[in-house]
Amino acid sequence: MSPSIRSKDIALAKLGRYAGVIPAIAGLWVRQSEAAVDAALRKLLGEEFHARLARVPLKLGTAGVDPFGLDPEWAKYAIWSIASLHRHYFRSDVHGIEQVPPGRVLLVANHSGQIPIDGALISAAMFMDTEPPRIVRAMIEKWAQSLPFVSTFFSRVGQVVGVPENARRLLEQDEALLVFPEGVQGISKTFDHRYQLTDFGLGFMRLAIETNTPIVPVAVIGGEEQYVSLGNVRSLARLFGMPAFPLIPQLFIPGGQLPLPTKYRLYFGKPMAFEGDADDDDAVIEAKVWRVKSTIEDMLARGLKERTHVFW
Amino acid sequence: MSSGSGRGSKVLVTGICGRLGKNVARVLHRERDVVGVDRRPFPDRPKDVDHRQFDLRRKRLKDVFRPGDIEAIVHLGVMHDPRASAADHHSWNVAGFAKLLEYAAQYQVPKLVVLSSANVYGPQPGNAQFLSEEAPLLGGQNFSEIRDLIEVDMLAQSFFWKWPTIETVILRPVHILGTVRNAASNFLRLPAIPTLLGFDPMVQVMHENDVVHAIQLALKKGVRGIFNVSGPEPLPLSRIISMLGRKQLSFPYMIARPLLDRLWSLRLTSFPPPELDHIRYVCMVDDSRAKELLGYAPKADIATTVAAVDHDRW
Repeated sequence: MSPSIRSKDIALAKLGRYAGVIPAIAGLWVRQSEAAVDAALRKLLGEEFHARLARVPLKLGTAGVDPFGLDPEWAKYAIWSIASLHRHYFRSDVHGIEQVPPGRVLLVANHSGQIPIDGALISAAMFMDTEPPRIVRAMIEKWAQSLPFVSTFFSRVGQVVGVPENARRLLEQDEALLVFPEGVQGISKTFDHRYQLTDFGLGFMRLAIETNTPIVPVAVIGGEEQYVSLGNVRSLARLFGMPAFPLIPQLFIPGGQLPLPTKYRLYFGKPMAFEGDADDDDAVIEAKVWRVKSTIEDMLARGLKERTHVFW
Repeated sequence: MSSGSGRGSKVLVTGICGRLGKNVARVLHRERDVVGVDRRPFPDRPKDVDHRQFDLRRKRLKDVFRPGDIEAIVHLGVMHDPRASAADHHSWNVAGFAKLLEYAAQYQVPKLVVLSSANVYGPQPGNAQFLSEEAPLLGGQNFSEIRDLIEVDMLAQSFFWKWPTIETVILRPVHILGTVRNAASNFLRLPAIPTLLGFDPMVQVMHENDVVHAIQLALKKGVRGIFNVSGPEPLPLSRIISMLGRKQLSFPYMIARPLLDRLWSLRLTSFPPPELDHIRYVCMVDDSRAKELLGYAPKADIATTVAAVDHDRW
């Protein structure tokens, strides 16, 4: 680097230093509001919430962050918001969560609702309704990593990019991993296909066999009615580089941007163990996946039968 | 003595006049004879270091090998100067290294240690959190200047297979911090550190002395293969900046990229615009193989490692 370039660099950075006053003021404001939020948090969910957070088994480095970027200082706000949604907005009923074994586990659920509130509520249930409380890791789309704020947020609350290496590593750390084998196809279902499972991917089964992880099937009821999607415009989705472009009429009504306050029902099934060769033919793996899928279908059918009303 | 052979076994260090090369020379010369090759001068070299000041591509390189007493080669002579012309860059990095490999094979030097970089994997939105040594080298996908580096890595890999009698070690360290003049250290030395609004990737850094330590371990007899090497536990970029007590200036990517493009074309900055991906996406490595087979563990903790970028200031 030539000296002239270096001095220009410094001059430029000096200019930046003046602009640096703004973040300092903003930072002060953020710190103050942070303290206020912390106090409000204690008030709403009680001292118990903090005690719960302290009981979560985490593997933090000296800097207070785990290797995947999970930061409890950040995560507590996220957990608090989803816990409030869980308790007060969607008023979820949780069944059978005591069957989730300690240690490594794959939670396999049906996917629904246009935005992944189902994932958030399963995480909330695993945090609020089990002992010890656990932070569930979910796998997110690569696409989300290229979005500002979203990528940082997901990383700080313990969500990881959906590649097999990450899943393997997390299970080897004995974490609880949530997967939606239907993927984007599942979440962007239109209303006429509600509670009909789309094709399941096979990756989760290979992973479970390879890492010797029990699978807990989870049926989520209530998500399909939160946003009623009448169609999926594939050409627009392609244009915006999005996985799906659902048509949701309620978005055009003031206040309709919020999901409808349906009552969620989460059913956790008995753990299922699978053995065999992780690299078996697709046909062999498919048969095993089918057992999980039909279990979830049964749970969904039973749950829907028991349900008397969408909203309560 | 960490090397398996006795005093008198000679090690050839290319690129010895870089900051890292000097550190390597200062450590290695206490244990064995060191010959350095670099076209730059080495004014404050230890007295027993034999420095040959010439370009790696020159025929004179063969003279170093001719006595037949070179027991190991440590190749650090990779040019990273982003301002050098692409042709010069390429011929220096690739042609120079190919020459070195040719002589290593001809004179059957028993050990070759090549310092590659974890950057060869490249920061990508779909990267696994920790990349293993088998991950594809996609670093050049968006950043063509790094292609030579990948080529050097690949050349070393094919050399590894072609010459089973020669112990080839490829080290892929994460961002090296210290007095070294690399992009990562220069970036953290800026008086105010620009970041991308809404992006705060986890990053791995390592102390320059830990790199030297890893090189020493790689020189041990019986060690061969590719090793990712990392420092202490990974951290979000913003934590590192606050550990340094620097100001952080966040720009939206949509502004930062054209701005940096502009600054780059006006020669106002030494940071190539595609390197923005390093402060946007994750590019971290799994160093368990180095821990297991090399017996490597970082000595510097995270505070020391980060603070090392300021040691050179006066």
